[in-house]
Amino acid sequence: MILAHLMHTGFGPFYDGLLHLFVTPDDLLPVIALTLVAGLRGPRYGRAVLFSLPVAWLGSSVLGLSLQAAALPPVLAAGLTMICGALAAADRPLPIQVVTVLAIGLGVLNGWRNGVELAGAGGGALVAAGVASSLFLIVAMLSGHVTSVRAEWARVATRVAGSWIAAIGLLMFGWSMRGV
Amino acid sequence: MNDALRTQAAWLIALVVVGHPSVLLAHATGGETLGLVNGLLHPVSGLDHVLAMIAVGLWGAQLGAPAVWLLPITFPVVMALGGMLALLGVRLPAIEIGIALSAVALGLAVLREAKPRPWIAAALVGGFAIFHGHAHGTELPDGANGLLYSIGFVVATGSLHACGIALGLAHRWPMGQAALRAAGGVVAAAGCVFLYRAAGGAL
Repeated sequence: MILAHLMHTGFGPFYDGLLHLFVTPDDLLPVIALTLVAGLRGPRYGRAVLFSLPVAWLGSSVLGLSLQAAALPPVLAAGLTMICGALAAADRPLPIQVVTVLAIGLGVLNGWRNGVELAGAGGGALVAAGVASSLFLIVAMLSGHVTSVRAEWARVATRVAGSWIAAIGLLMFGWSMRGV
Repeated sequence: MNDALRTQAAWLIALVVVGHPSVLLAHATGGETLGLVNGLLHPVSGLDHVLAMIAVGLWGAQLGAPAVWLLPITFPVVMALGGMLALLGVRLPAIEIGIALSAVALGLAVLREAKPRPWIAAALVGGFAIFHGHAHGTELPDGANGLLYSIGFVVATGSLHACGIALGLAHRWPMGQAALRAAGGVVAAAGCVFLYRAAGGAL
């Protein structure tokens, strides 16, 4: 038995943040849906989300962390999950401004919630930086892959994934209205 | 899988495995495992749901593009809408009868190889999906996580559609076409049994 300190304390706040999205599906799902939308629409959209989403998320997290105000209602996050999933399933042309506004809105909304909860959990800005870094990685990798998709079946599979996220968003909306 | 994809997947796995800290600061609400497992198992625990889901996939495979993907997209979304209505307290009449009728109608569609326009097929499938979602989408066990249950429920339902589509690939051979029609007949017959039970329960 080695009993290294890291086994007990974790690898530190930045790595906590880096892994946060992978164990928090309510944060991860809308990010995946929006990334699918951006990837389906092309590289310009992917680049817009790549920079606007992590920056908005990080800024909002830091604000939420420092102001320690009330978290926004989860119904809003469920609504955004629904919208992003439905847009991915529909695969229709969209102005790049709409996708950018969605990315900023998602970043502000979920970033704020992260920041407020981090304040309560004793986390710091390093956690928020870790979350923003993993967001950048996820968007870069996933939108890059979806953009490069050429086969029709793969595009259909992407839309099906979007429809599943929209369906989960609908149920999230119901659960949040019910208070579960 | 090309080299770039392999490399990126390896980096992602390495990130998760090597960087897995003991404290991840998730929005832990409790009951995550219970919720996910129950959500995954619930759709396969009821024969009425299983047969209807597979019939959707079989019918989509018979119809070909675009119905082959339109139906499996429509069903989970409208099913979730039905679940959301139930969560909001909206009541629907004769839910069990609606579910039984879905097996009868979808089974008959596969049996007869019905070929309506795609939007009509999607509307029919979506109409029945409301009942399935309303009945099954909200059966969350005590202490389970609602979001994880929802994820499991949607993924399992979609996977059943995929099973139906995979079986429906047999449609390209004459023997397979006959087998699919026979399977549709079995689903419709089972639906009649469900309908008899549901009507008996209601009377």
